[in-house]
Amino acid sequence: MITIIKYNAGNIKSVENALHRLGADCLVTDDADRIRAADRVIFPGVGEASSAMRYLRERGMDSLLKSLTQPVLGVCLGQQLMCRHSEENDTDCLGIFDCAVKKFPLTDADGKLHREKIPHIGWNDFTEVKGRLFQGISPAEDMYFVHSYYAEICAEATAVCDYILPFSAGLEKDNFYAAQFHPEKSAGAGEKILRNFLEI
Amino acid sequence: MLKKRIIPCLDIQNGRTVKGINFVGIRDAGDPIELAKRYVTEGADELVFLDITATVEKRKTLAELVTRIAAEINIPFTVGGGIGSVADAALLIKAGADKVSINSAAVRRPDLITEIAQEFGSQCVVLAIDTKKEAENWWTYVHGGRTRTDLETVAWAVKAEQLGAGEILLTSMNSDGTKAGFSLEITQKVSAAVGIPVIASGGAGNMQHFAEVFQKTEASAGLAASIFHYKEVGIESLKRFLFAEKIPVRRVDG
Repeated sequence: MITIIKYNAGNIKSVENALHRLGADCLVTDDADRIRAADRVIFPGVGEASSAMRYLRERGMDSLLKSLTQPVLGVCLGQQLMCRHSEENDTDCLGIFDCAVKKFPLTDADGKLHREKIPHIGWNDFTEVKGRLFQGISPAEDMYFVHSYYAEICAEATAVCDYILPFSAGLEKDNFYAAQFHPEKSAGAGEKILRNFLEI
Repeated sequence: MLKKRIIPCLDIQNGRTVKGINFVGIRDAGDPIELAKRYVTEGADELVFLDITATVEKRKTLAELVTRIAAEINIPFTVGGGIGSVADAALLIKAGADKVSINSAAVRRPDLITEIAQEFGSQCVVLAIDTKKEAENWWTYVHGGRTRTDLETVAWAVKAEQLGAGEILLTSMNSDGTKAGFSLEITQKVSAAVGIPVIASGGAGNMQHFAEVFQKTEASAGLAASIFHYKEVGIESLKRFLFAEKIPVRRVDG
């Protein structure tokens, strides 16, 4: 059984739908015992970092998430909350990944004003991919992204996407995996990512 | 590299596709889900479902359709038509819509943009603007293009961004239905004025029109309805054409 963490963030239904399409059994819950007992855990999310972290802390779900030993996949805001700190309302996050989350700057790496739109919305590919989650995925495969904050490049990065600047589009450490893009909305390429996670 | 998006729009009436055509392999062209799946297979990057007769009593039908679409479709989709309150938006988002598009109600009460953005995030809020050029000015129209407002289109787009809109869906009424190409002028004016993505709509008649809107404006996406419905332009061939024109597009293999 896969549990999808229920908290005050959107897109939970989309993840549930995507898993059903793959024929996987899943349960959306905030029950600590059920989350602990699951084979796999997905930590989804579309929303704002500080209110999400407050919600998790008030319910003790922050320490629960960090203590999990089965494969855990964070998606979008889920990935960002698994990092150390987010610039979004100056929020201390779970610190599973030693990585900071920052807002896309209005200038590019050379300090020049860029013409890129923020949020980063749409299909984008990678400059590099590695690790178990990305097995069989070519860097040229596009995934669907929607975000204004990004995880900086760090030692735990398994996928790098270049938009305004290179950022961590995927992270991996021990049993924890994360994706900034939405595999549940990324057509066949995204389904490969979810299948990889189900096979870990 | 971020890809330019191709977005087919499906007009929905009483839960059925309007302007449906008999695609090969589709048993029921009036079924929005069959048509949507066909578009996904062909490589559509996103879908827009526009409920053209949205009334209070039809809301529930629409929400049920959205639930079915969300279960079947593995790319993002937007639902619009008659959304007038946070509750209307909430019903559709909770049913599985990734984004809602709002139009007349946002003109009537701009705070609606902020309210939906605060509840669900800016990425959920697509502000649709119907615009028409008169003399030298582009004016915003509401009620399906029947009523002119005193909102100059670029100024309204800028204000909508400040209020929390995540994308602008810009339909040029001068071009809509003409098949003479997108209105490049207003598309570029709005794209240059806002920092959020602009979806160009209205006027696409052939593949060259899509190339043009991406080469000559900063539009992030191009939307069309009838040319895709009637298969005058196939999404797969359009993607191949744009790729050959060196426009970044998502290719679907197999």
